[in-house]
Amino acid sequence: MHPAYSVILFTTASGAGYGLMALLGVFAAAGLLPATTALGLAGIGLAAGLIVVGLMSSTFHLGRPERAWRALTQWRSSWLAREGVLAIVTFAPVALFALGWVFYNTTAGLYGWMGAAAAALSVITVSCTAMIYASLKTIRQWNNALVLPGYLSLGLATGSLLLVALTLIFGVFTQTYAILALVLLAAAFLVKFAYWRSIDREQPRSTIASATGLGAFGSVRLLEQPHTEANFIMREMGYSVARKHAKKLRAVSMLALFAIPAVLMAFIAAHIVSGVAATFCAILAVLSAGVGVAVERWLFFAEAEHISMLYYGKPA
Amino acid sequence: MTDLPLERGAKSLGLVIDLDTCVGCHACATNCKEWNTSGISAPLTDVNAYQAEQRGVWFNRVFTYEVGGQSANARTVHFPKNCLHCEKPDCVTVCPTGASYKRAEDGVVLIDHNKCIGCKLCSWACPYGAREYDEDVGVMKKCTLCIDKIYNENLPQADRVPACVATCPAKARHFGDFADPESNVSQLVRERGGFDLMPETGYRPTSKYLPPRAGRNGALTALAPVETQSPTGAFLRWVDRILTR
Repeated sequence: MHPAYSVILFTTASGAGYGLMALLGVFAAAGLLPATTALGLAGIGLAAGLIVVGLMSSTFHLGRPERAWRALTQWRSSWLAREGVLAIVTFAPVALFALGWVFYNTTAGLYGWMGAAAAALSVITVSCTAMIYASLKTIRQWNNALVLPGYLSLGLATGSLLLVALTLIFGVFTQTYAILALVLLAAAFLVKFAYWRSIDREQPRSTIASATGLGAFGSVRLLEQPHTEANFIMREMGYSVARKHAKKLRAVSMLALFAIPAVLMAFIAAHIVSGVAATFCAILAVLSAGVGVAVERWLFFAEAEHISMLYYGKPA
Repeated sequence: MTDLPLERGAKSLGLVIDLDTCVGCHACATNCKEWNTSGISAPLTDVNAYQAEQRGVWFNRVFTYEVGGQSANARTVHFPKNCLHCEKPDCVTVCPTGASYKRAEDGVVLIDHNKCIGCKLCSWACPYGAREYDEDVGVMKKCTLCIDKIYNENLPQADRVPACVATCPAKARHFGDFADPESNVSQLVRERGGFDLMPETGYRPTSKYLPPRAGRNGALTALAPVETQSPTGAFLRWVDRILTR
């Protein structure tokens, strides 16, 4: 599948944003984060900013962005519509949560509940994003039980790195946050590792024989494609630039997304670094994971093989 | 709503494509383009129409396959492909806007071009590669089964068939109602063993394909390679012996 940069930016930025929002909601509601204006403004502002940047960029790949509101109407059948509706609904508790934290310096009572609601809705919204892909029967690499856990764990892991950086900057860091980030990184790593193993081992579900129905007559090979030039289907579904570099790119994403941030988090958690050095390490971890998750998402698209390409003599 | 219709009507319209008689002339694709670039799907945009890197919207594309490899039964099969108007079309249910829909009365799958936002998700959901993006208009387009032709009362009854069917010189394409067991298409499917493409995906396509028939005399007889044929006649055998030396 062709990886649209706007969709990569959208899913990674909003994933991290929702991950951070969920963690802020839970920790603030539990009274573990001080309800200071600066921390609330920076934390919720960063999370909401990433979400808004993501949502905005997702409209860039539309043919008619001015009609984007229509994408909210079919929530009964479409995961894309559900994602849109939930993304907007989530802003309501986020706004009230922010109101309490930033203006009234409280995250208790109603505002705490709003934090919890924002956390729950964030998780559900990311789940809808994942289900857009996981529900497509046409792409076996997406129609996989590990896609949903992958999106959730990566959203929370990247969000937790942001939380560590944020709490260090505002001097409210405790070891718990770094340990949490380590646990979430490990979980995301295991999910991704299992996912790659799963798609590598799975046999294709359809073949050119079943696609053409001609398998009974012997082996089937494409002799002539319909036109001399590539068409929309071939450009959209037949992307294969990254596929041939998949192994290297997987290694890059493992290193940047999991290994480097995990080592840095371990340094912070074990108090090997502290003060400004710890903050620097946390920001470095965020940047590294940002690169890693972008590569991971690019691969998620580039490694996806669409069965319509069977008609064009390509594997699926 | 992009939910599928709860109650389907009496009709189930679609095509039967005969892989035995199709000669791969691309007339169906050409006449499809001709009709639909001036009907409700107009325009079927062509970008760089008269230069390199042409890109255009086609509802019908004709593939050619080699089947049977190097065997004696090897054959060339021309394979036109367009929307199959599935009974379980995920391309409809994934649509977030309500632009995609399956008509209850006859099962035809259509796009409302005034509602489509061009997110392309429906093309991802289609196993058959039947939906294409019109980059000039910014919306998705697809085979309408010539909805503006098959019900067009300004046309004589005989012309109320899809453009691809009307134009096929080999009569390899048939249009009809699959819900009626006595219709031309139902009979063809019964008699010729009509089949679904990729039944494993569960989309339950309405349109069916007819398999190629066995060769006129069964399997083709393999010809001996030319170079191993021994020359006939005394003179040619003598020439062969002299030259082989």
